[in-house]
Amino acid sequence: MNDEYVLELQHIRKEYPGVVALKDVSLAVKKGEVLALIGENGAGKSTLIKTCSGAVIPTSGKIIVNGKEFSSMTPQLAEENGIAIIYQEFNNVGELSAAENLFLGRPIRKGIVIDRAAMEREAAKAFEQLHIKIDPKALVKNLTVGYQQMIEIAKAIEQDAKILIMDEPSAPLTSVEVESMFEVVALLRKKGVSIIYISHRLEEIYRISDRIVVLRDGEYIKTLITKDSQVDELIHLMVGRELNETYPPRKDCIDHTKIVLELKNISGNGNENMSLQLHKGEVLGLGGLVGAGRTELAQIIFGSAKKESGQILFLGKEINPKDPREAIDLGIALVPEDRKRHGVLLGNSVMNNINMPIYNRTSKLSVINTKTEFKTAEKYRKELSIKTPTLHQLVRNLSGGNQQKVILGKWMAANSELIIFDEPTRGIDVGAKYEIYKLINNLVEQGKTILLISSELEELMGMSDRILVLSEGRITGMLKKNEFNPDTIMTFASKVREE
Amino acid sequence: MKEKVIYQVKDKAIWAVFLILFIGFSIANPRFLETQNLFTIARQVSMYGIASIGMTFVILIAGIDLSTGSIITLVNIVCAYLMVNSGMNMVLAVVCSLVVATLIGVLNGFMVSSIGIPAIIATFATQTIFEGISYLISGGTPIFGFDEKFKFIGQGYIGPVPVPVIIMIICFAAGSFILNKTFFGRYFYAVGGNEEAAKLSGIRVGKMKYLIYALSGFFAGLAGIVLLSRTNSGQPTAGKGYEFDVITCVVLGGVSVSGGYGKLSNVVAGVLIIGALSNGMVLMNISSYTQMVVKGIILALAVGFDCIQKKKQAS
Repeated sequence: MNDEYVLELQHIRKEYPGVVALKDVSLAVKKGEVLALIGENGAGKSTLIKTCSGAVIPTSGKIIVNGKEFSSMTPQLAEENGIAIIYQEFNNVGELSAAENLFLGRPIRKGIVIDRAAMEREAAKAFEQLHIKIDPKALVKNLTVGYQQMIEIAKAIEQDAKILIMDEPSAPLTSVEVESMFEVVALLRKKGVSIIYISHRLEEIYRISDRIVVLRDGEYIKTLITKDSQVDELIHLMVGRELNETYPPRKDCIDHTKIVLELKNISGNGNENMSLQLHKGEVLGLGGLVGAGRTELAQIIFGSAKKESGQILFLGKEINPKDPREAIDLGIALVPEDRKRHGVLLGNSVMNNINMPIYNRTSKLSVINTKTEFKTAEKYRKELSIKTPTLHQLVRNLSGGNQQKVILGKWMAANSELIIFDEPTRGIDVGAKYEIYKLINNLVEQGKTILLISSELEELMGMSDRILVLSEGRITGMLKKNEFNPDTIMTFASKVREE
Repeated sequence: MKEKVIYQVKDKAIWAVFLILFIGFSIANPRFLETQNLFTIARQVSMYGIASIGMTFVILIAGIDLSTGSIITLVNIVCAYLMVNSGMNMVLAVVCSLVVATLIGVLNGFMVSSIGIPAIIATFATQTIFEGISYLISGGTPIFGFDEKFKFIGQGYIGPVPVPVIIMIICFAAGSFILNKTFFGRYFYAVGGNEEAAKLSGIRVGKMKYLIYALSGFFAGLAGIVLLSRTNSGQPTAGKGYEFDVITCVVLGGVSVSGGYGKLSNVVAGVLIIGALSNGMVLMNISSYTQMVVKGIILALAVGFDCIQKKKQAS
């Protein structure tokens, strides 16, 4: 055992019913080091770091913190041992001030009353130390995402964290905010704090990390010294295959004479003045950062959110779906981003899930035709090769990829013309991803039309015929297939609104 | 295969509890097994049974209906008032009362679905409102003097079987049909499992809630009619506390209070357990205060068991 490591994960394995999320993953962090953890979505990064916080209990393996050995952590143990995680979702309370958030759960008190003045003084000191300019009195909900993240970091440091784990910290930030976050990271490293930095933005990793650990499909692949490694090598290790292999080929099915969906100056649900045209058989990609307004636009089209102004034309007719039911009956479907919460009904069977949108069509006087019900479910189970022991299996017990197929089956059964995919492969392992891509292609070849929202540039470029880029609720750019380029997309995506 | 067996055992466990209880009481007091007593139990539980069907639907969508007892009372008073004070035809009075009960359900639905008041508060409010109205209509005194024929609903027999039991069986059959054979049943389970996902699968959740609370009101109303006919007088306290027993029956029958899971066939077992328990305790001369303690503990145990199951599932 090496004493210089402050945190070691040894042979971590995590199994879920039907899925192995982590297979024998080991890594070690030195004091005052920035260790980058990279891998594609679904590589197991988040699961791995959650074992450090106690949010995930490993099936087997050891966690060694400062020489102390644990088989699993709890949130309390993690805190006691100086491990803090900055998640993508912050644990801030918007209605409280920056200072109050900093001391959330352990306020400075004078007797039984909270000593606000002292808290603000201490907060000012803490922020000062990290060179962050935040007014301790400011309400957190009025601060930018960048500052909210800084509060989280300050909170961790205030609690004496020696190991700081950051999960995609740059994802929600603007480029200016990313710079100040880097400064804080550099400062912390100087103070001897060890940092595990998760990101799939490679340029960031080259700027701030000392070593890089690559994961792929839940497996440990390699550890690299950052300054001795090459970008090409890194990408190759992450992806594990040539890029052109990732996306199955698709026949050109676009019928330019038929417009399936047309939006004219749509505003509402946080979006402003959005217009677009989508042809039959086309895959239109929607790119942009988290919070750019893509999901919100999808909600308007699907009837789950209201527009304030503008027109939606579907198959040439103006529509105003007031709820998803109406949108579904028109032929619009949504495969939502949060599969478990919005996409599938976990506690219902595969058969029920697939038939849910069409019960009203297949039933007579509301009495279910059980034969049709079974046949429909069986048809899509076969067509989509959904892996399930029986159609009565609860969807909860299926793997992520198969759950996604159940959702697809449901919309195919509903005979949808336009299918909106919101991050269709998030949290799905690589093999299943490829299958989902093929299914999307099949849909297109059957004459369906696709609106594809994806934050993965590769996926967006690999699957789309055209890409629209959104930023802060506006459309900032449109790219044709021959113009696809990650840099251009990112530039459009981070276009800041000029006030 | 093994899992299937375990599932079957777990699923039927409540019937085993009923059986044990039944045998226990039979040994403790031989009078418990007398035909006369068994019919008394059956008649007693029929009101719980009828009301529990609506309550099952409500709890399936993770709601709650605290107005059940109040609806039973109001139906008692309204139906009695219409028959005695207004001289209305018996059948018409019953129909009117059921309409009123259903409308109270619709009001619950409106508050829960359209306004968004948490079900526990909305139905708590209607509980108090209609209890008050019952007192206002009756002036606090019982209303009696019905047509002899009215007794038939609560006290009559068809062959050897008491009429209330037949009504209960018909209601369970209807409830089970709605739940298992129509798409409404599928919708109820879906809404209870995950409202948001149900909405995004095309279910008009708002309308479903109206329907469910209306059904709950209707079944409570029907229970109220049976009760009125049994007691043969409209009492302004007739249904007080009924919701507690009905909720206990439903939860005991394995319907998850967090929604989305439960079977009507097991609710029957829940109803029978509460019936046998109430009757058995009376036969054993257990005071009504002690009975309250026992019933409270049973409710807590039943819900606690459900919560433990949920926790296991989550980890």
